[in-house]
Amino acid sequence: MPTKAPRLAVWKFASCDGCQLSLLDLEDDLLAVAGAVEIASFPEASRAVGPGPYDVSLVEGSITTPHDAERIQDVRRMSRIVVAIGSCATAGGIQALRNYQDVKEFVSLVYAHPTYIDTLATSTPIADHVKVDYELHGCPVNKRQLLEVLNATLNGRKPVISPHPVCTECKRKGVVCVMVARDLVCMGPVTHAGCGALCPSYHRGCFGCYGPSDAPNTAAFANSLAYHGLTSEAAVRLFRTFAAGAPAFREQSLAIEESGARPSMSPEAGH
Amino acid sequence: MPDNETSRTLKVDYLSRVEGEGSIFMRLEGRQAKEVRLQIFEPPRFFEGFLRGRAQSEVPDITARICGICPVAYQMSSSHAIERALGVTVDGELRKLRRLLYAGEYIESHALHLFMLHAPDFLGYEDALLMAKDHPGVVKRGLRMKKIGNAVMEVLGGREIHPINVRLGGFYRLPARADLAALLPELEWGLEAARETVSWTSGLAYLEFEQDYEFVSLRHPDEYPLNEGRIVSNRGLDIPVDRYDEVFVEEHDEHSTSLRSHIKGRGPYLTGPLARFNLNFDRLRPAARQAALRAGLEPVCRNPFKSLIVRAIELVQVFDEAISIIREYQPPSAPHAEIPTRAGTGFAVTEAPRGMLFHRYSVDAEGIVQDAKIVAPTSQNQRIIEEDLRLMAPQLADLDPARATWMAEQAVRNYDPCISCSCHFLKLNIERT
Repeated sequence: MPTKAPRLAVWKFASCDGCQLSLLDLEDDLLAVAGAVEIASFPEASRAVGPGPYDVSLVEGSITTPHDAERIQDVRRMSRIVVAIGSCATAGGIQALRNYQDVKEFVSLVYAHPTYIDTLATSTPIADHVKVDYELHGCPVNKRQLLEVLNATLNGRKPVISPHPVCTECKRKGVVCVMVARDLVCMGPVTHAGCGALCPSYHRGCFGCYGPSDAPNTAAFANSLAYHGLTSEAAVRLFRTFAAGAPAFREQSLAIEESGARPSMSPEAGH
Repeated sequence: MPDNETSRTLKVDYLSRVEGEGSIFMRLEGRQAKEVRLQIFEPPRFFEGFLRGRAQSEVPDITARICGICPVAYQMSSSHAIERALGVTVDGELRKLRRLLYAGEYIESHALHLFMLHAPDFLGYEDALLMAKDHPGVVKRGLRMKKIGNAVMEVLGGREIHPINVRLGGFYRLPARADLAALLPELEWGLEAARETVSWTSGLAYLEFEQDYEFVSLRHPDEYPLNEGRIVSNRGLDIPVDRYDEVFVEEHDEHSTSLRSHIKGRGPYLTGPLARFNLNFDRLRPAARQAALRAGLEPVCRNPFKSLIVRAIELVQVFDEAISIIREYQPPSAPHAEIPTRAGTGFAVTEAPRGMLFHRYSVDAEGIVQDAKIVAPTSQNQRIIEEDLRLMAPQLADLDPARATWMAEQAVRNYDPCISCSCHFLKLNIERT
């Protein structure tokens, strides 16, 4: 039995704040969590900031500035366990779209004085910079899973989080396949589970916001997209949204671009 | 303290209980502010840049990611703007369902800000969790109200953060009447809790501070503004949203990664709950208007700290409206209006919980975005926040440094600033040398 409550810190890098909000969205459990741990640093919720070291650091957001690339090193040094939460922290987030373009052009599109803006050419996940002890995917993360990760981490066990694709969640939930029954484009076969098959339950195809599942067959999936009449541009966009920087999605999007017209993707080729 | 005797700096390096990263810097000489900077160092994310080349259908999902606190506002402004570019009107039950979803976000966002982020300042606590030890009933009431807002968004949107059931033209799947009706008992509890919150907040102590603001908000012929209306102000502004660019300008200055807005030829203005309330008091539902009058609050309220009470009044408004939408709900024949592809440019302003959220898109004949412009409420309020701090300087100078710094932070939090939004945007340094 620990004699002292473990100390928790919550950090923000480039992000929308949604994943750390998930913690505050645990309305029923929030006061219990606050009783079980010492929330030592959580600026979104408190002006009291306790100094490190911390037992667990939850890190939201991606690394996009020289300053943040240094700050994450400080976070690692002060933390026994680092947990990256959400698509930004685990795959670079939607802002990783800059990785495929000239960031200078973006700066001048958005800001009148580009020289005031200090930014890196890429948006990268936390694990590209420091050792990460656990990654929880999702845009945003599922708050029940966040509670499980926190609980497991504080008790020294591995979190029980399924690495399977969303398809398995549809089957378990009894959701009829939207690709088959509704002829929708659905990234469920290659997307990490965790949402509870949300989009298919709402009659839309999964758009991959949890990033790639373990060992996804993205090539076979890309081939199937042509049967839905997707242009290669649309297929590239599909892989380049909320987990645009995840290696499996990145490589597949580059492969689609390189293959250009891709004869194997014409509807006649396979049927 | 005698004037001109000392010069000092108040600094808050990392502003807390706001969404995103910003700071305050104030240099006081005697009782005058010589320099006030609301600095925003949230890393820029370039949404307007990477929206170019995306399909119009993707825009509501992508822009939601600008803000985890108010994703519905982004989904609504972007959907409305693109629908206008395409000549599509969404009305009837689908329009009401959009208001219901927005009501869910208002409940979640206002309850979060009022109870978790702002109320601790008025009672002298570092945060709501510490406040909960002495005021468990208040914090638990706030969390339960917040949870109801989240439940509305979950039923209608699929999840509370970045809802997945919003699309151009309406929704992917319509809610079942029974699923909405199941929300009613908690919403009815929430309406009563919101009334209690109005009377609780109106009993708190407020710094005596007023400014002669230009208030700007939407105004609609027969509703409290959410999704549409004309842009009006207390100084005679009255324009359709597609003339936004003619009247409002955004500037980029060195100490901020957020752009800062003002009205051409006039200067800074205030958007958000106080502006909506002052300009649309006659459009409040009777339940909300009565709650305001019982609390002794009527237009024109020029004390920005009292935005706390106004948020509580708006909570009465949205709880009451959510209940009536659900009671009257008749499922429409289709979950969404038909969406064509054709070239066009569309504008929209909706009232996010923090204020006006402007979106403009140009799409081509293939449905691909050619150009996007987004102006978040916090960008619009940034200059008026600095103006508040400047005018508050004599009052701050009379306080001890720790208390002055805290009061300056509280003044910034009056605006519920969402820095993640404005950067597509905050930090407090008060310097007294």
